[in-house]
Amino acid sequence: MIDRPTAGQEAAPQGAAPARRRLREKFGRGALPYLLLLPALLAELLIHLVPMVTGIVMAFKQLTQFFIRDWSAAPWSGFDNFEVALEFNAPVGKALLHSFWVTCAFTVLSVGLSWLIGVTASIFTQDAFRGRGLLRAAFMLPYALPVFAAVITWSFMFQRDTGLINHVLHDQLHLTSDKPFWLIGDNSFWALLTVSVWKSWPFAFLTLTAGLQNIPRELYEAAALDGAGVWQQIRRITLPSLRPVNLVLVLVLFLWTFNDFNTPFVLFGKSAPQAADLISIHIYQSSFITWNFGQGSAMSVLLLLFLLLVTAVYLFATNRRRGEAE
Amino acid sequence: MRTHRISAALALTAAIVLTASACGGGDSGGGGNSSPKTLTYWASNQGSSLENDKQVLEPELKKFEAQTGIKVKLEVIPWSDLLNRILAATASGQGPDVLNIGNTWSASLQATGALLPFDQAAFDKIGGKDRFLESTIASAGAKGKDPAAVPLYSMAYGLYYNKKLFQQAGIANPPATWEELVADGKKLTSGDKYGLAIEGGNVSENVHNVFALGMQHGTGFYDASGKPAFDSPEAVAAVKQYVDFLANDKIAAPGNAEYAANQSVTDFATGKAAMLMWQSAGANLKSHGMNPDDYAVVPVPAPAGATGAKATTSMVAGINMAVFKNTKNLDGALNFVKFMTSDEEQKTLNGTYGSLPPVKAAQSDAAFSTPELQTLAGVLAKSAAPLPQVASESQFETLIGTAVKNLLASAAAGKPVTEATVKDELSKAQQQMPAS
Repeated sequence: MIDRPTAGQEAAPQGAAPARRRLREKFGRGALPYLLLLPALLAELLIHLVPMVTGIVMAFKQLTQFFIRDWSAAPWSGFDNFEVALEFNAPVGKALLHSFWVTCAFTVLSVGLSWLIGVTASIFTQDAFRGRGLLRAAFMLPYALPVFAAVITWSFMFQRDTGLINHVLHDQLHLTSDKPFWLIGDNSFWALLTVSVWKSWPFAFLTLTAGLQNIPRELYEAAALDGAGVWQQIRRITLPSLRPVNLVLVLVLFLWTFNDFNTPFVLFGKSAPQAADLISIHIYQSSFITWNFGQGSAMSVLLLLFLLLVTAVYLFATNRRRGEAE
Repeated sequence: MRTHRISAALALTAAIVLTASACGGGDSGGGGNSSPKTLTYWASNQGSSLENDKQVLEPELKKFEAQTGIKVKLEVIPWSDLLNRILAATASGQGPDVLNIGNTWSASLQATGALLPFDQAAFDKIGGKDRFLESTIASAGAKGKDPAAVPLYSMAYGLYYNKKLFQQAGIANPPATWEELVADGKKLTSGDKYGLAIEGGNVSENVHNVFALGMQHGTGFYDASGKPAFDSPEAVAAVKQYVDFLANDKIAAPGNAEYAANQSVTDFATGKAAMLMWQSAGANLKSHGMNPDDYAVVPVPAPAGATGAKATTSMVAGINMAVFKNTKNLDGALNFVKFMTSDEEQKTLNGTYGSLPPVKAAQSDAAFSTPELQTLAGVLAKSAAPLPQVASESQFETLIGTAVKNLLASAAAGKPVTEATVKDELSKAQQQMPAS
């Protein structure tokens, strides 16, 4: 960012130079970079900070439909919203905790499976073969489809009586004694996980494929000469070399999956079955369906704190380990 | 590097809070007449598609423009978005001048203070309160307050039954009591054909049905002081009766528990189910190719000999028309409401949509004298009650509708549904009501 003015200097017309000098004289040499950063800072403030602070303020208000015309007039409620959210013996807190655990399990499984499928596919398509381009393009299909269209198609397939999934499982393969429900009840968790993995692994595949291109082929050749098998090559060369890519990939997938709203919303509508009650949907329901915006904001703030904590711990741990490795 | 990542994470997480709690302040400026030549109108989706609605409404708006010189900008909004759009407009103060609301939301939206109250003066400007059916006015706002809207289209629930299937099963008359309905339903259920189709995954359908049953059991889900009474013995009995169609009576297919895209109408139209409780299904059944001679409509059953509130067989269903208080064209907005609720427009619009005019004079038109609409008009006039007109209605609708959905889901999965499990779900809903 700071480099840019220097780069522009060469191309700048002559007349611009005195103006810059004047600026420099006025603010001193050290201030100019900050001045140039100002627009970005302002944008950051407007786009992120103001709404975030607004959201945090709302968490301390008793904000229901009576006050949404002028939410600043809503009475302060202190920590009431947080207390209600964290009172795990009462229904609201209990439901929030339940949805938190569901989201944790869902995220771990979804990110893990997406990563596993992504890394396998990228390793297998690493060497050139006939039709590789086509196959890679096919892999990217779920990533390219509009989420809504894709998920609504899944919801048709998961229908109990008319869906493709039960038709294959029950009618053709005879794997189940009765047609199971996928969109209601306990199975909904697995339906959601399937769609989520289907949707996320191409991103892992794309990122890891890009990462694999950066590993020098000589390493594999040397390893092969030394008698290392495929598995050993993967363990000793591929995975360690992918480490920087993986760090970012896993963090991004984690944040995306933990907050995924589209998938459950399109799959289940406004109220998800309990087994698949992800926290994003849960907060949406608390804020927008029951019109308890203060409560919803408090839950959002708790979620924000949790995600910040996880991210910080993750970055700290991975950075330290990288430091050790170096 | 580290700070960069952390700030990236911060930005990401901030975006989450943003989406989860998006809501702003807003000025609550009063209305006026500073912009007398234009109006913005948000219409709800009544026809087969948003495009279809535009085709129906545009010519009428042209008529209004010819009469008054006011140009109406139309936006048709799908039901899934409507409430959130209204809330956003309320919070920001940037809304349409005139809009459609689901009539069950009237009291909830009234509580925001964003809608123009229809007091005596406002009613006078649109031709008077007496032109409307009483039950439809009752569903336009809380009791004892000036209505927050006026009725535009009306609907009511009726029991649709397949005459052929009834004949084949040797049933002479449609059921008038629940005992008869269950007994008939059992006769009509065999193999993959069922007696009754219900839309178990649809939260609104659920709450509409258990509300009517609740009234028959003697509860409106709120006590006399307007406090939620979701888990009263009467409410438990009503909800259990509804869930039992699938759980214990087994006259509804287990698959009904996940229906949320009007599959129950399809099942009825294609003969997979012999009965259906629905509001104004005629146009829908026709689009599925069902011959109008093959079915008939009677009021939804009530307990034998019930009178008064206990004889309620339907909620008052319909669409209301409201005016945003901060409109810049108050006179034009009221003029537009007057136009849309005029006898002539009422006949045209309700005739097209297959709904009933809430305006008495229009309802007597011959177009609304089909047996189906006659039955539904009778229900609306005699045995329909509005959903609780309280500020927390929208929460009630979601929480109770979801409780019924959960119960139906567990019944469909073969878990037993007892009074205790029903009470448990309803208590949970009760405790989730925000204190106000």
